[in-house]
Amino acid sequence: MTREETPGVRDIAVVAFAQTDVLRTTDELSEVEMLMPVLHSVLDRTGLKTADIGFTCSGSSDYLAGRAFSFTLALDGVGAWPPISESHVETDGAWALYEAWTKLLTGDADTALVYSYGKSSPGSLRDVLTRQLDPYYVAPLWPDSVALAALQAQALIDAGEADESALAAIGTRSRRVATLNSHAQLRGTVPQGDYAVRPLRTGDCPPVGDGAAAVILAAGERARELCSRPAWIRGIDHRIEAHSLGVRDLTDSPSTRLAAEKAGVFERPVDTAELHAPFSAQEIVLRKALRLDDSVRVNLSGGALAANPMMAAGLIRIGEAAARIHRGESDRALGHATSGPCLQQNLVAVLEGDAR
Amino acid sequence: MPEVLKAPLVVEFPFTRSLGPVQSAFLTGLRERVVLGVRTGDDRTLVPPVEYDPVTAEELHDLVEVAATGTVTTWAWNHAPRRGQPLATPFAWVLVRLDGADTALLHALDAPGPDAVRTGMRVRIRWAEERTGAITDIACFEPHDGDPAELTGTTGEFADPVTGIVAPARLDYTYSPGRAQSAYIEALSTRRTVGERCPSCRKVYVPPRGACPTCGVPTAEQVEVGPRGTVTTFCIVNIKAKNLDIEVPYVYAHIALDGAGLALHGRISGIPYDQVRMGLRVEPVWTDGARYPDHYRPAGEPDADYDAYKELL
Ligand SMILES: [Zn+2]
Repeated sequence: MTREETPGVRDIAVVAFAQTDVLRTTDELSEVEMLMPVLHSVLDRTGLKTADIGFTCSGSSDYLAGRAFSFTLALDGVGAWPPISESHVETDGAWALYEAWTKLLTGDADTALVYSYGKSSPGSLRDVLTRQLDPYYVAPLWPDSVALAALQAQALIDAGEADESALAAIGTRSRRVATLNSHAQLRGTVPQGDYAVRPLRTGDCPPVGDGAAAVILAAGERARELCSRPAWIRGIDHRIEAHSLGVRDLTDSPSTRLAAEKAGVFERPVDTAELHAPFSAQEIVLRKALRLDDSVRVNLSGGALAANPMMAAGLIRIGEAAARIHRGESDRALGHATSGPCLQQNLVAVLEGDAR
Repeated sequence: MPEVLKAPLVVEFPFTRSLGPVQSAFLTGLRERVVLGVRTGDDRTLVPPVEYDPVTAEELHDLVEVAATGTVTTWAWNHAPRRGQPLATPFAWVLVRLDGADTALLHALDAPGPDAVRTGMRVRIRWAEERTGAITDIACFEPHDGDPAELTGTTGEFADPVTGIVAPARLDYTYSPGRAQSAYIEALSTRRTVGERCPSCRKVYVPPRGACPTCGVPTAEQVEVGPRGTVTTFCIVNIKAKNLDIEVPYVYAHIALDGAGLALHGRISGIPYDQVRMGLRVEPVWTDGARYPDHYRPAGEPDADYDAYKELL
């Protein structure tokens, strides 16, 4: 929803963002050891201490860790004793940010720490992700994440909206601009490679990596105290589509479009967009759903094709969009996160800086 | 820094799931070589069928048979099949709209190569020889030249309906415990217990996890604790666990090793269970080749004063 729809509610902003370098493996670190430098980095940017935070919300997945309640160990990193006001989502941290935003809207807290992390390296990510599929009709067939994205890419090709070279260009551009992003996993020239699952080649697929990210939200005057140019959340919404792939039009993303509409994206142009498109064809689908033309700077970070740490990559999109506003490089930016196969669930946030 | 420890971690689970009336009819139908869809309020036929309309959320129950032949709506060539997938030889993933259906079903297509597959091609179901009432009763699809298959006339009523499925899953991991816990495990291999001191509150955590949960800061300074310790609290276990070779009743206790800032837990033996008490001084007992103490036994010292361990309860 947007602020305009709910007059009288408080202004809430992203005031700080931090992320790890995304690496193929981080064997030497437990989750909390990987996370802790990011938590301290984001706190340092605001001068806050863990004890000053009003609400904490995290995103992660037990299936990546291979252990039940794995997020509880990561809580050691935020000083969870004595007890704090805390919650967790079993998905990307962008949804943890949504929960934290609603918590701040209630007035129960003025600041929130949002973090998320994922170590894909211990398991086989393509197999692990099959466990999020419909357990009756789909999961018993073990269709992996690349295969499902390949079905979507072929649908787009059949519809005449892309061809293999257009897909390749998206991966190439993503990794080229990622040379400016020291946290990205794949930077510079990356071969388009062999078919992973045809029509997708390895260059159309995201790298598998470990990483973490953290964001601090603050309300009203508190945001201005903590950040010289807060990234105000003007609207944020998330929507979901039918679970069954065969019911959906895979060449479109109506849930992204609806979330964007509800978040107020279409009210005024954005100058910057960070899209969570793990596979090249998905960027085409998202650009169409969000009506982004060439005037919008898309994925200057390199996006998910350069670094896609599970459970953090969506939060990173919002963080990257906010950081550009903090630095004065954007005035109105869009952050998008996705979860599930073939863009099943989508979250859209609109961020704005104060007029200069 | 010591070498990072790694070990295989296998997670296996056989989920038992019950079926609603629509899923039951669909999966029972597959067992009987019949494909059923469900009709929506706007007269669309969803295959595979769902219990609620994905657009209106209206409850659905109007079953209708569709043909075992259909048309590929999109596909992807899988040259390297993975464990658990329908075919062990290269195949195409396909979404197939069966004749009579308005939506598509995901499955595998057995074809000689990607050049033999295209969107719009006609296919038919190849049934599995042994069928149990599961999506895998469809072995795969195969190319089909010709007309829609004839319907069987099944209504969706079956004598012996399937009411549940067992969905086995296995995921393989290589677990790595990280820096702090690796150091703890390495020390145990020489029968020493090592914790980490918080630089802020000075508390010594054992086993260490690399962070102080009170201060939210990394811990790094290693501190050897024990080997002796104090029972801070305990319980008497009267139920024998499956596969556990320990006679009941036995005592399970929280033990504050000397120098540690919090208690870990362990079994107490070498003393009748009803004589274990708070403050009892204990020491670890190692068995040959063990990677951690088998249990703790009385150390033969006077009991610790309550004040000495009350902060560790
Ligand atoms: Zn401490």
